[in-house]
Amino acid sequence: MTEGALARYRICDFTGQLAGAGATKWMAAFGAEVIRIEDPATEGRWDILRSMPPWVDDRRGVDFGGGFFNHNTEKLGITLDLRKDEARDLLGRLVERSDVVAENFAKGVLERWGFGYDELKAIKPDIIYVSNCGFGHVGPYSDFKTWGPIVQAVSGLTFTSGLPDREPAGWGYSYMDHTGAMYMAIAILLALFHRERTGEGQWVDMASTDAALTLHGPALLDWTVNERPTRRPGMPNGNRSLAGDHAPHGIFPTLGDDDWVAIACRDDRDWTGLADLIGDDWAGDTRFDTAAGRLANEDEIERRLADWTRTRDKFEVQRDLLARGVPAAAVQKPHERIDEDPDTDRFGLWPTATHQKMGDVRCDGLPVHLSRTDWAIERGGPCLGEHTDQVLTDVLDLSSAELAGLRERGVV
Amino acid sequence: MTALSGIVVIELASDATAYAGKLLGDMGADVILVEPPSGSAMRSTPPFDGDEPGAERSLYWWHYQTSKRSIRIDLDQTEGVDLLRRLVGRADVLLEAERPGRVASLGLDDAVVRGDNAGLVHAAITGFGRESDRADEPVTDLTILAGGGPVWSCGYSDHSIAPIRGGGYQGFHIGAHYAVMAILTTLIERETSGLGQFIDVSQHAAANITTEMASYHWLIQQTTVQRQTGRHASERESMPTQVRCADGRYVNTGVLPRRPHEFRGLVAWMRDLGLADELPEMVFLEMGAARERLELGDIGRDDETTAIFAAAREAMAFIATRVSAVDYFLGAQRAGIPVGVVYSPEEAFEDEHFVARGFQTEVDHGGGRRVRYPGAPYRFEKTPWSIQCRAPHLGEHDGEIRAWLDGHDGPVST
Repeated sequence: MTEGALARYRICDFTGQLAGAGATKWMAAFGAEVIRIEDPATEGRWDILRSMPPWVDDRRGVDFGGGFFNHNTEKLGITLDLRKDEARDLLGRLVERSDVVAENFAKGVLERWGFGYDELKAIKPDIIYVSNCGFGHVGPYSDFKTWGPIVQAVSGLTFTSGLPDREPAGWGYSYMDHTGAMYMAIAILLALFHRERTGEGQWVDMASTDAALTLHGPALLDWTVNERPTRRPGMPNGNRSLAGDHAPHGIFPTLGDDDWVAIACRDDRDWTGLADLIGDDWAGDTRFDTAAGRLANEDEIERRLADWTRTRDKFEVQRDLLARGVPAAAVQKPHERIDEDPDTDRFGLWPTATHQKMGDVRCDGLPVHLSRTDWAIERGGPCLGEHTDQVLTDVLDLSSAELAGLRERGVV
Repeated sequence: MTALSGIVVIELASDATAYAGKLLGDMGADVILVEPPSGSAMRSTPPFDGDEPGAERSLYWWHYQTSKRSIRIDLDQTEGVDLLRRLVGRADVLLEAERPGRVASLGLDDAVVRGDNAGLVHAAITGFGRESDRADEPVTDLTILAGGGPVWSCGYSDHSIAPIRGGGYQGFHIGAHYAVMAILTTLIERETSGLGQFIDVSQHAAANITTEMASYHWLIQQTTVQRQTGRHASERESMPTQVRCADGRYVNTGVLPRRPHEFRGLVAWMRDLGLADELPEMVFLEMGAARERLELGDIGRDDETTAIFAAAREAMAFIATRVSAVDYFLGAQRAGIPVGVVYSPEEAFEDEHFVARGFQTEVDHGGGRRVRYPGAPYRFEKTPWSIQCRAPHLGEHDGEIRAWLDGHDGPVST
């Protein structure tokens, strides 16, 4: 195997859950040495995913959380009790030999341990420090606490998912944990690239609420330019065209238990394709010949279209519409897209990683392939302190006697 | 200096690449957008400036094409293809979302372009990956999110209502984010090897791994999450976390108070609001505040602990009947309890926190007109994010870019 694209880098990783851990998962999959530093006194429970479902079997505890396993593939795990001077000394020596310090604590946590940005710089002048917290380290709400759904609520993402005149549907998961992690990864990569070219390190202050608010650009410009708010009658508009220029555009019921198909007509040609497939008189109604006509009669079209899809299989509708060039997709359930989908399979999207205690388990891969230095995910997230000896020996040159002493004094 | 100064990106205009190009351009790359002579179809995407359609009036275009220059090239003509290949020969990155056959017919296949430019990073964003049997099928934001998994988890607890896809073109964003991560990864690697490479980005794969528990619960324990109103999809129904406040608007209460300091905050907040005498369960809140520790695991095992946690839920619901959603958000957060107000995008944009962080960014549109745009997703100390320029007009940089290519204008790329 070729050396990973990021194999030259070492990252001191204080990230947790998904909003941070997802960023360093990317780095590790491309070969960076990512060292997760966890607290032995709390058994690493800052990251609550260490002891949360899903589980591979009946075993429970901090080494069996499935989310932790998934988000921390290819990383090393060590413990350091940073309440102790000796541990802080070891961390300082680790920072000295690292390229990046990444964290998604609430503001001020790393500073309290004596590892704020100024201290990090004093240890390693070209260090890259990337902090990611809900509201950032600056601003009136910088002390406020968040998690994914709160970030989504405050930034408009929850509001724009739903039907008019109902409460928001929101996102049924922490979309912003994923996306915050993506922006954190982009920040780390940009800072590394800059350092490669100039030798200069820097601090990146990331707020996942800022990142989230960038995800509604056209709606925000509609506000600043046309003074049209998103909070207005008829909004949010469910699955209809966001730009309001296409119809029909929605998700319709099919045969099966909670089975649905998405259909997105982009223009008259798509509508003709759909109408041909339906083949009923109503679909040939001249009122529906133009986008304006279809938009004016969208309720009626949706009702009739749902009656048509209801007696059909979702994958058949998808296949028949795509054959006519009309965008359509079955709403896939997890097992359909993971176990029965030729495209996720062909892409190698669900690699099997080996975990010290859980064994061989499938996990999320990455949605890209690089022709020369592709990613590899073979090792699951680390057990608590799994690599403490290895890292302190290999990176800090400690002897086994020194390690034994540290363990005895509860430093690691 | 910007993080990507001197990096030349050739982007073949499309919905799939637009956000990736913007992210690179806003960090300093020289992004050259290639449009057909009649202009990109995105120029006719609503909403429009003043609600009046026009090639330079789409706000969708304005947002996604900041920090880019544009050149018109007719790729149906040999001369146009030659021009594109010359541009790619000078570029660091080729970013495109064409159908695989189209890329080959343009002579942009990997082996061909790399012969002229060994350092080129070629990123192709496609619906299902370049090797897929479905490579030529059309996708849209809605179909990406429906087929790729996110939609399954989103919507209402009432399953007679269709699942709902979240707004804002997130299906395109997810693929674009991963494309940027991959491009930066290869650019860093190129610093040592001197070599570029080909990047295959699948929007379907990107959506698939952006579903949190829906995927990894199936992968690890073969269970299927079910959508619920305003909260995480879950195998079993969980307690609502979205609460309607006195003004009819909503907050997300997230995780309810569970630590003694949070109970102390809640007690103080109740008193500040003058509501302490109105809630019979107040006594349990005070017990929680006085405790040294509280364990969620004791619910159902210890009566007092059970009553304390139940009182927290009552109090959080009770306060909502008396205050507005914004006041609820601020009051709870100041009490140390994580809560989020459900803002519309523009309400967030105008909120004092985002204003104080300088999130609102003015962009010069010429003629003395300045327009407020969404700002930086991250704050770099040394290489700040910035919008270099407004979205390009059709043909605006035709001459400039051709001149640069002809070497008359001095190298833009250093």
